[in-house]
Amino acid sequence: MKATLMENKNFRPLELKKKLRLGETMIQTLLFLAGFLSIFITLAIVYELGKEAWLFFGDPDVTFAKFFGTTEWSPGIGKFGIWPLVTSTLTTSFIAICVSLPLGLAAALFLSEYASPKARSTLKPILEILAGIPTVVYGYFALLFMTPLLQRIFGEGVQVYNMASAGIVMGIMILPLISSMSEDALSAVPRALREGAYAMGATKFETSIQVVLPAALSGIGAALIIGISRAVGETMIVAVAAGAGPNFTFNPFQAAETMTGHIARISGGDLSYNTIDYTSLFAIALMLFLVTLVLNLISQGIINRFRQRYE
Amino acid sequence: MKNNQTPEIAIETKNLFIFYGSFAAVSEVNLKIEKQKVTAIIGPSGCGKSTLLRAFNRMNDFVPSSYVTGEVLLSGQNLYGSNIDPVEVRRRIGMVFQKPNPFPKSIYENIAWGARINGFKGNMDELVEQSLRGAALWEEVKDQLQKSAYELSGGQQQRLCIARTIAIQPDIILMDEPASALDPISTLRIEELMQELKKNYTIIIVTHNMQQAARVSDYTAMMMLEKDGSRSGTVIEFSETKKIFTNPKDKRTEDYVTGRFG
Repeated sequence: MKATLMENKNFRPLELKKKLRLGETMIQTLLFLAGFLSIFITLAIVYELGKEAWLFFGDPDVTFAKFFGTTEWSPGIGKFGIWPLVTSTLTTSFIAICVSLPLGLAAALFLSEYASPKARSTLKPILEILAGIPTVVYGYFALLFMTPLLQRIFGEGVQVYNMASAGIVMGIMILPLISSMSEDALSAVPRALREGAYAMGATKFETSIQVVLPAALSGIGAALIIGISRAVGETMIVAVAAGAGPNFTFNPFQAAETMTGHIARISGGDLSYNTIDYTSLFAIALMLFLVTLVLNLISQGIINRFRQRYE
Repeated sequence: MKNNQTPEIAIETKNLFIFYGSFAAVSEVNLKIEKQKVTAIIGPSGCGKSTLLRAFNRMNDFVPSSYVTGEVLLSGQNLYGSNIDPVEVRRRIGMVFQKPNPFPKSIYENIAWGARINGFKGNMDELVEQSLRGAALWEEVKDQLQKSAYELSGGQQQRLCIARTIAIQPDIILMDEPASALDPISTLRIEELMQELKKNYTIIIVTHNMQQAARVSDYTAMMMLEKDGSRSGTVIEFSETKKIFTNPKDKRTEDYVTGRFG
């Protein structure tokens, strides 16, 4: 073996010039195209939204002052205030996060810090089943279970369609996402940090809450941001349970249509192209983009403020 | 040890066995660790040095299926007694790890945190300064206490870990190869620091580095796998460091410290 290697070496001429490596180039091109495609599709969507929304805002009846300054939405009769749709999206999403963040974090802390490896390997998949339930099922769960429950607790003030039940059930839907991602972030915190805390005489709870949790905050923040995006973009649950018809209110027990719910309902009906109703949907969609973006930026800012780097 | 007065014992093991499941990682250890001395535990890789060290503050509790038999006595109390709270044990017996592991908090908070969870109610600024001085780090960091601990060098981080340990005033400080991830100059500083610390604390150090053991320790415990092939480690010789390195009783110790083995 040694002999042949040595011989080969002697027979191999010194050649350091650049070589064409076809396989390398092909793989690189392929990977680049895959990445480019996803960016391209996103840009195409934004372009399409922007184009139609441009038509909407180009309508002489529509002004930015009306769009952002009034609180009634009914494009057919010249009411262009976006706020009723935005407030209900914000209300339902806020309720959903209020349900899913604390519960998801608690579940994640239990799974990563307290559960035995065996318990974790059983419980985590079960929790993730929740993520596999179709959202339309969640919608009916909200309408037929959560709403009657809320009515029993809070009385007649709770309308049949209401934002609270849609929000709570949306929270349940997002819960596995938040807990699963947070659990990954918590588990990724080096064991050395936990040992350092225990060696100082910290209890398990002190270690989890004051050392592990802050160290995992950037991962938990990512979970929160995805959770918010899911909540803002969720359509089926709110379409079924939150109500049909824009309503400018923050009262969670009232019916109010969210941006997504409105788009789903209107685009489902007979809608002719190039009417104001049609182009308005794209304006709402663009607004949805904007709301998601702003919420993401805010959460990112909060995370950056509080996170603790361990590298 | 044949002094006029009997030496004060800080911690003592009696017939200590440490198991992982059915496997005895460490067997039959009987040690009397003297107060305010540095005791080194040396031996080849995988002979159970760290396992033994972690038995002193019940850090092995976090390894599922691990348990001990025998006793570890801290002023007469068995740390493995059924009514002993491991959290309280760790408040009396601090630990410094192989890789510096400061918390991802500010330098100040690294020290204040441990003191706070241990119920410290006094002047925190003073405690932070004293602890940092005690760990010979104050002069280097006094103007940047609010900076993240991760902006310090490895050697400084390790001294910060020592500072946070002495901030909770333990009786004993365990050190698990505290300088093995550091450069020679940082190592030297840690070694000098240990000489300072032993005026107030009892130190038990695990080290791979025999020169280090010879330099810093007063007593040395030599660990080795049992000859019977059980892969179980035990202390084969324990005496004054001088004796271990110049006149060991056991042939295996002699081979190891002279570099003929391990």
